[in-house]
Amino acid sequence: MWSQLVTIWRVFRHLFAARDTVRYPEQKPYLSPRYRGRIVLTRDPDGDERCVACNLCAVACPVDCISLQKTEDDDGRWRPAFFRINFSRCIMCGLCEEACPTYAIQLTPDVEMSEYDRNSLVYEKEHLTIDGQGKYPGYSFYRKAGISIKGKAKGEADQEEKPVDVRNLLP
Amino acid sequence: MWDMELLLKITLLVSTLLPTAALLVWLERRLLGFWQERCGPNRVGPFGILQSLADLIKILFKHDWIPPFADKPLFVLAPLIGALAVMMSFVVVPLSPGWMISDSHIGLLFFLAMTSLAVYGVLLAGWSSNNKYALLGGMRAAAQTICYEVFMGVSLLGVVILAGSFRLSDIVQAQQGLWFVIPQFVGFVIFIIAGIAESHRLPFDLPEAETELTGGFHTEYSGIKFALFFLGEYLGIMLISMMATTLFLGGWLGPWLPPLVWFLLKTLLLICFFILLRASLPRPRYDQLLAFGWKWLLPLALVNLLVTAAIKLTGGT
Amino acid sequence: MIIQWLFYASATIAVVASLLVITSKNAVHAILYLVVSLLALSLCFYLLGAPFAAALQIIVYAGAIMVLFVFAVMLFNISDEDVRREAQWLSWQAWVGPTVLALLLLAQWVLFIQLAPASAMTETIMVEARAVGATLFGPYLLAVEIASFLLLAGLVGGFHLAKKLPEDNQ
Repeated sequence: MWSQLVTIWRVFRHLFAARDTVRYPEQKPYLSPRYRGRIVLTRDPDGDERCVACNLCAVACPVDCISLQKTEDDDGRWRPAFFRINFSRCIMCGLCEEACPTYAIQLTPDVEMSEYDRNSLVYEKEHLTIDGQGKYPGYSFYRKAGISIKGKAKGEADQEEKPVDVRNLLP
Repeated sequence: MWDMELLLKITLLVSTLLPTAALLVWLERRLLGFWQERCGPNRVGPFGILQSLADLIKILFKHDWIPPFADKPLFVLAPLIGALAVMMSFVVVPLSPGWMISDSHIGLLFFLAMTSLAVYGVLLAGWSSNNKYALLGGMRAAAQTICYEVFMGVSLLGVVILAGSFRLSDIVQAQQGLWFVIPQFVGFVIFIIAGIAESHRLPFDLPEAETELTGGFHTEYSGIKFALFFLGEYLGIMLISMMATTLFLGGWLGPWLPPLVWFLLKTLLLICFFILLRASLPRPRYDQLLAFGWKWLLPLALVNLLVTAAIKLTGGT
Repeated sequence: MIIQWLFYASATIAVVASLLVITSKNAVHAILYLVVSLLALSLCFYLLGAPFAAALQIIVYAGAIMVLFVFAVMLFNISDEDVRREAQWLSWQAWVGPTVLALLLLAQWVLFIQLAPASAMTETIMVEARAVGATLFGPYLLAVEIASFLLLAGLVGGFHLAKKLPEDNQ
């Protein structure tokens, strides 16, 4: 009986305590840079798209919300012909970001994506692509990888040795 | 033939009671929020005061569904009984000297009669839903109400002995010198506990008990019928607070301010206390509730009655 | 005048509801008709000048005892077979005895009304709660005490029946 009266009194005192609520639209909570929010496609330092349309993100996606189509350009680089994310299905799990070999797909701390029309939640490539490099500045896939494209033959990437000449016996 | 003033009073009372009940929902959510270090609804209108209106609009547009397995006439009738029986009791509540619809000489008995009828709403809702959770809720309501009704009546008899009348205005007048809460403190506590149990408020909300009975007696109800149950519950809190004010806290009596303001102030304070109880106390188990009622409160109420009667007979106040 | 009409209306409601009590198939519906009948009776009491009895009628009968009845009936799961068995029990032979007795009672009652002085019912006197109490604990004190003994016996009996037997007793 006494403990119940004490309970009532303690709860009553909370009337004068500070509110814990974050008044959301006016007062925004801090979201860290690694927060998993809206997905973006980033560019490499030269301003080209990083995405090489390898489809690993689409495979990794547990809810199958990513769809894309590969094309190959004249310079030998792969690019997505279209890249579409259906955010009404996306669960912001970040598996696509982990799967991406080129740091192209990244999750951002932006979570305010409410729409009145469900179709407006389907984002195309031009909606997804941003101008900057996101969380990994300075990284360019083609400059690291040993694949040959126009203007960069095999062996010209960073930390890559010249390809072995198989017809030469000299070491 | 018709008393125009009376009709006007009834219209005014009904048209203020219903919005006040809606406002009470807002007040309760707001206060609960404060006691849990939250804000409560504060968006719709100034301080969120229009939240109930928004809820009302939403609930009116919901599908008014009657389950095919339900007993249809009773299913429709039950929420009406629940809300109407409570609203009838407001007839005898004396708001201020000139502000009572009926100053009946059996006013207190009328109040007890109407609260005892209000349980039919819950009971029939539970039975007619044809749903095991609803039935369990209805049974709990029946057992709980019978148990707590008994000593609610007994606890009020002390007041009746002191005032010497069932007429509510006489009871208020008899508290001119001393509010009955002091000589009848035990009766006051028992009445408050029984009142919470009668209106199925949270420490004793076993008939609905969301966590165990998925909503209890109103499991199958939606839309406007559910709103009627809600209305009945909130009118019930108001009624119990008003009656406690009238019977124990001196009704409209008080210095400086006009009588009506005093009455409403006391009622509001009691309502806030009920909400505080909801915020702080957990729900007891069903058998604990009944054992507490029969084994503690009923003997206590009887002893209170006997002692009061003895003091009155031996020529005390 | 209007009070007279109100009385006849509520009396009719009481009679009709009582008829429906014994004719409705559904036990819960029957009990609800009984509640309606009791409420109508209470209004009759009120109009006859016994507001205290009217209020007690609602509090005790409609509010408490009938709730207990509904509570009990809700727990019974009455199936079609039960209804059939009940129909078997109610053969016309079973009706004969009660009907004769009830008719005898009715005849007595009609006779009593015929013989009673006709002027007794012209005006209603409001009986206050105080007067009821004074009568009960004055001239009828013995009857009250006997009734309380009866209730106490019922209470003790109920307690005895509901008590759990000790384990070693079985």
